[in-house]
Amino acid sequence: MLARWYDFRDLGNGVARMAQALRDAGAPDGVVYALTALAGCLGILIFVGLTAIVNIWVERRLIGRMQVRRGPNRLGPWGLLQPVADAIKLIQKEVLTPRAADGTVFALAPILIFVPAMLAFAVLPWGEKMVLADLNVGVLYLLALGSTSAIMVFMAGYASNNKYALLGAMRVIAMLISYEIPSVLALLGVVVFAGTMQLSGIVQFQDFYWSWLIFFQPLAFLIFLLASTAELNRSPADIAEAESEIVAGYHIEYSGMKFGLFYAVELVNSMSVSAVIAALFLGGWWTFGLEEFVPGWMIFIGKLYAVYFLLIWFRGTLPRFRIDQLMALAWKGLLPLGLANVLLSALEVLIWQEYDVSAGIVLPIFAVVNFVLAGVLLVAFMRVMTRSFERLPKRARLVPDISVPLPGEPATA
Amino acid sequence: MSIKTEPMVVNIGPQHPSTHGVFRMRVTLDGERITDAEMVVGYLHRSMEKLAEERTWTQNIPFTDRMDYLAAMTGNLSYCLAVEKLAGIDVPERGQYLRVLFAELQRIASHAMANGTFVNDCGAWQTPLFYMFREREKILDLFEMVCGARLTLNYIRIGGVAFDLPDEFMPQLQALVDELPDRMDEYDSLLLDNEILLMRSRDVGIVSPELAMNASLTGPMLRGSGIAWDIRKADPYCVYDRMDFDIPVGHQGDCYDRFLVRMAEIRQSLRIIKQAMAQLPPGPFAAQVPLSLRPPAGEIYSRIESPKGELGFYLVSDGGPTPFRWHVRSPSLINLSALREMMVGQTVADAIVTLGSIDINVGEVDR
Repeated sequence: MLARWYDFRDLGNGVARMAQALRDAGAPDGVVYALTALAGCLGILIFVGLTAIVNIWVERRLIGRMQVRRGPNRLGPWGLLQPVADAIKLIQKEVLTPRAADGTVFALAPILIFVPAMLAFAVLPWGEKMVLADLNVGVLYLLALGSTSAIMVFMAGYASNNKYALLGAMRVIAMLISYEIPSVLALLGVVVFAGTMQLSGIVQFQDFYWSWLIFFQPLAFLIFLLASTAELNRSPADIAEAESEIVAGYHIEYSGMKFGLFYAVELVNSMSVSAVIAALFLGGWWTFGLEEFVPGWMIFIGKLYAVYFLLIWFRGTLPRFRIDQLMALAWKGLLPLGLANVLLSALEVLIWQEYDVSAGIVLPIFAVVNFVLAGVLLVAFMRVMTRSFERLPKRARLVPDISVPLPGEPATA
Repeated sequence: MSIKTEPMVVNIGPQHPSTHGVFRMRVTLDGERITDAEMVVGYLHRSMEKLAEERTWTQNIPFTDRMDYLAAMTGNLSYCLAVEKLAGIDVPERGQYLRVLFAELQRIASHAMANGTFVNDCGAWQTPLFYMFREREKILDLFEMVCGARLTLNYIRIGGVAFDLPDEFMPQLQALVDELPDRMDEYDSLLLDNEILLMRSRDVGIVSPELAMNASLTGPMLRGSGIAWDIRKADPYCVYDRMDFDIPVGHQGDCYDRFLVRMAEIRQSLRIIKQAMAQLPPGPFAAQVPLSLRPPAGEIYSRIESPKGELGFYLVSDGGPTPFRWHVRSPSLINLSALREMMVGQTVADAIVTLGSIDINVGEVDR
C-alpha cells in the first residue's frame, strides 16, 4: 500500500504514486520509467540548485563568524538575499573571452564541469527508499565521476591561454590523480566492511548492525575527508585556485556567469562529498532510531550539513599546503595509511566470516581496535611528516642586549 | 623526438593579491620552480623627496605619514627626531614618553598587520588577518582618540607631539594592555603551533646572517637571521634607554623565524608600553618651536627602529625655511634587496610566502 503523495516523510512517495497512476492508466513501462526518472531528476536539480544558493550564504556567514566579522547582513533578513544579489550581479557582468583563448574549449569547460557534479547526486540515498538510481556499483560510480572533473578543469586552465591558469591546471591534474588513490583505498575499506558497493546497501548495513561505519573505519573517514578536500580544491588543499599565489588558478580568465558556474560547481561538489561522507560513514538516513520520528531525508540533510560545516571550518582555520607537500601527504602519508586500513578491514572481515562469531561481540572489539590503531598511525604519521620542521624551537630566542659580529668575524646565527 | 621546452616568465604583480600593493616580480619558472627573479619597483612613486624640497620643515611631516602608511607614527617620529637634531631642539620629557608609547603602539599595529598578511599569503583564508585586524583596530581607535586620524596621523611634531592625551585615553589603553597578552597566547596556539604553517614557512626564504649584513637588512629581517640588532638599544633615541626589553631573534633566518620575531616583538612592545605608562611624567608635551623653522645650515642623519627596520632621514639644510635635501633610508626598499637570493630555487608558492615575510610597504619602497 502506497502512502499518500503528500506524505512528506518519504519524498519518493509522490513519484511512486505517479508511477502507479500512470500504470493504472495503461501507459507502457518505458513511458512510466522515463517520466518518473524525470520527476526524480527535477526534484534533485531543484534541491541542489536551491541549496547551492543557500550554501553561499551559509558559507559566507559562517566564515564571517569565524573571522570575527558579521558576514553578509544587508540584503534581506540576516543577509539571506545576498546570494540572489550575487547571482544577479554575475549574470549582468560581461562574459569575456581572451583573444588568444581557445574559444570552444573555453566556453565548454564551465558547462561540462557541471555534469559530473550533478550526476553524483543520482546515487545518493536520501531516505530509506529515496534513491534515484540505486546502482549496485554506486561507490565506483562516485569515484569515477570524481576523476572526470579533472578534464574540465584542465580544459579551462589550458584554453584560457594564461600562465596562472596553466599553473593552476597543472596543479589540479597532479593533485586529482594523486588523491584519487587514497580516496579509492579509503572507500575500499568501507566496501570490504559493508560487503557491498551499493550506497543504500551500505546504509542498510549500518542500520542492520546498529552502528555507523565511522566507528569501524575511523581511518578511512579521515583519509576520505582529507582526500576530498583536495579533490574539491578546498582549503587547506586549494592549491589549484590559491588566491594568494596564482590568483584564481584555472578560472582566472572567466568572468560573469561562466565564473559563476565554476563557483557553483565548487559548492555543489562540496555538498555531494558531504553527502557521500554522511551516507557512507555517518549512517545516511539512519540514526540510532531517530529516523522513526524524523523523516530520513531530513536526517540525511542534517548530517550533510554537519560534514559541510567541517569543510567550512577547515577553510576558516587552516593555511594552504604547498603542492609538493600535498603530493607527499598523498603518496607518503594517505596511501600507506589507506593500504593499512584495507588490510585491517579485510583481516577483520575474514575473522568475522571465517569463525562465524556473532556481530554483537566482534564489532565492538573491531571498533576499539580500529580507533586505537587509527590514533597510533595518525600520531606516527604526523611525527614523520613534520619531523624535519620540528628541530628548531617554535618560539623566538630573547636576547637582552645587542650582539653583532664585527667586520671580519664569522657571523653566526 | 625531442619536445621543445622553454622557461615560463610570469609577472607576479603589479596587480596581484599578494604583492602588498603595486610591487612587481618578474619570475622565470621551470615548472613550479623559480630559476630567476627580477624585482620591479616604482609603481607607487610619488616623488616625495623632491616635493619635500619645496615645503617647509613642518609641512613635510604629512609626507612621512604617507610613506609607510601602516606605521605612520614611526615615520613622523624619525623625521621629527632628525629635524630636532638638526635644529637643536629639546623635547620635554612627557613628549618623549608619549612618543615612545605611540611608537610602540604603532609597532604592534604594524606587526599585527604584517603577521596577518603573512599567514594570509600562506593560504589561511584571511582568518588570522581578521583576528589581527581586531587588535589593530583597537590601536587605531586610540590613535583616533588622541589625534583624530587613524592612518595618516601627523601626530608627532617637531618639538614634541601635537596633542596631550585626552582623559578617556588611559583607561582604554589599560584595557588593551590587559587584553592583549591573552590574545597573543591565542594566536600563538593558533599560528605558531600550526603544522601546516610550519611546513610552509620553515626552511623557506632563508637569509644567512652574512647575507643579511651584506644586504644591509634591518629590523625583523636581520633579527630573524639571528643577529641581535636593534637601534632602540644600539643608538637609543627618546627614552628607550630607560626601558627594559629584550630583542627577539630567530634561529636560522627563514620566513618562520621572521614571523616568530614579529610575534615576540609584539609582546616586547607591550612591555615597553606598560613601562611608559607607569613612568609617564606630567608637564608640557611639546617644546616651543618657531612657526617658520630655519635650522642652521648643515646635514644630519638620524635613524630609528621602525617596525620594518632602520628608518633613517638624511636631511640637508641651507639655513632656509625648506630642506635642501630630504632623503629617506626606507627599510622596506633595502630589505627587498635580498629577495632575489631568497627566492631563486624555490617554488611559486614559496616566493609569495617569502615576499610576505619581508613585510614591505610599497608606499615606503617607492616614496
